[in-house]
Amino acid sequence: MEFLGLFNYWVVIVLMMIGFYIVICSNNLIKKLIGLTIFQTSVFIMYISMGKIDGGTAPILAEGVTLYSNPLTHVLILTAIVVGIATTALGLAIVVRIKESYGTVEEDDIHAKDKQA
Amino acid sequence: MESFIHVIILSMLVTTAIAIVKVKDLFAVTMLAGIYGLLSASFFVLMDAHDVAFTEAAVGAGISTLLILTTLSMTGRFEKAADTPGSNYKPALALALVTLTGALLIYGTQDMPVFGAADAPVQTHVVPRYLNDSAAEIDIPNVVASVLASYRGYDTFGEVVVIFTAGIGVLALIMSTASKAPVALRASMEEHVVLRIVSKMLIPLILIFGLYVQFHGEYGPGGGFQAGVIFASAFFLYAMLFGLTAARKVVNNTWVQALAALGVLLYGSVGLLAMINGGNFLDYNFLAQDDVHGQHMGILFVELGVGITVASVMIIIFFTFSTRRQRDGDPD
Repeated sequence: MEFLGLFNYWVVIVLMMIGFYIVICSNNLIKKLIGLTIFQTSVFIMYISMGKIDGGTAPILAEGVTLYSNPLTHVLILTAIVVGIATTALGLAIVVRIKESYGTVEEDDIHAKDKQA
Repeated sequence: MESFIHVIILSMLVTTAIAIVKVKDLFAVTMLAGIYGLLSASFFVLMDAHDVAFTEAAVGAGISTLLILTTLSMTGRFEKAADTPGSNYKPALALALVTLTGALLIYGTQDMPVFGAADAPVQTHVVPRYLNDSAAEIDIPNVVASVLASYRGYDTFGEVVVIFTAGIGVLALIMSTASKAPVALRASMEEHVVLRIVSKMLIPLILIFGLYVQFHGEYGPGGGFQAGVIFASAFFLYAMLFGLTAARKVVNNTWVQALAALGVLLYGSVGLLAMINGGNFLDYNFLAQDDVHGQHMGILFVELGVGITVASVMIIIFFTFSTRRQRDGDPD
């Protein structure tokens, strides 16, 4: 059990770095946004992991229960998820516009066209 | 045993993420991203975060997958091979940077309290106050709802405004003008009889479940954010199966846009009403004859405002994307 004590956080970092890698190394704008989503979800996992208490239960008050997991992290992440999809949609809308103006969503090609112009 | 399951789910998440890096077919990447969302939702259930799991299941596995697929149908399915001559593609450099950052962060985790510790700073500050006093102050069982709508009402108001603004942003960027609207196109899944009939039965249930989640949010997992996304997904399902033209008859553009604003307005008005009654902005104690009643009323209306705005903005976003896709002339 001891060695699992920080396992969640390591997984969070691995996921975060995978997302980061996609964002900086992928040429395709949609894939970059998916990478950003992976990055974002890793942060959600970190917060929710921090809020968990051993032997705790969901923070809905009930008789005979004394130990609850942290409601505050749940609130923060719950709203962040919905805000996240709204901002991702905004990003996708910009990608759609880029496609219509440049005819491509590959970063290299967009830079090349910018240089030509 | 429980910790064993969460280790497995986390490993599956990492595997899925690595697969996303590798795969070049963006359609497959989107499906993997959906799986990633569903896995993280299951993980949230294990972590006792049922409210969060609800939201992530509807958003991560449902809505985001749909939006990315709709975008893909406009931008093309395959990622271009990145190592063409003259490109800035430097995977080794990126990998080095990512590994270095990751190593530093892992070094940083040495100072973190171990997972599940009850004496971690995150558990000892503010939270005991919410858990111990909310029963007397607000008198609803779901502490997540009371923190969301009452204790941190300002915060949530800000977030609803962000969602509303993102909806407006999407409209401003890609709203199709009516004059360019195409003739009715067939729905992409119209020929699948089984899907159509099963979904037709499911849609009313999804709507009722959305309402249940909305109005039962004080007593069980749920609330405006979850209800909004669940409610909106029923409309997405309808639009996909019966076509945008049919869905447009159900959902009037102007009305949905007005509703999105109405939700924010409702939230803000509750705050202003508290001020008129002599309290601070969003201080629900001043809404009714006694504090607890005021809190109940405040939370009910605020959650309703959140639900209306979230559902309308999600519907606006989806319909705007789908209409744009039809306008671009590709029926499938």
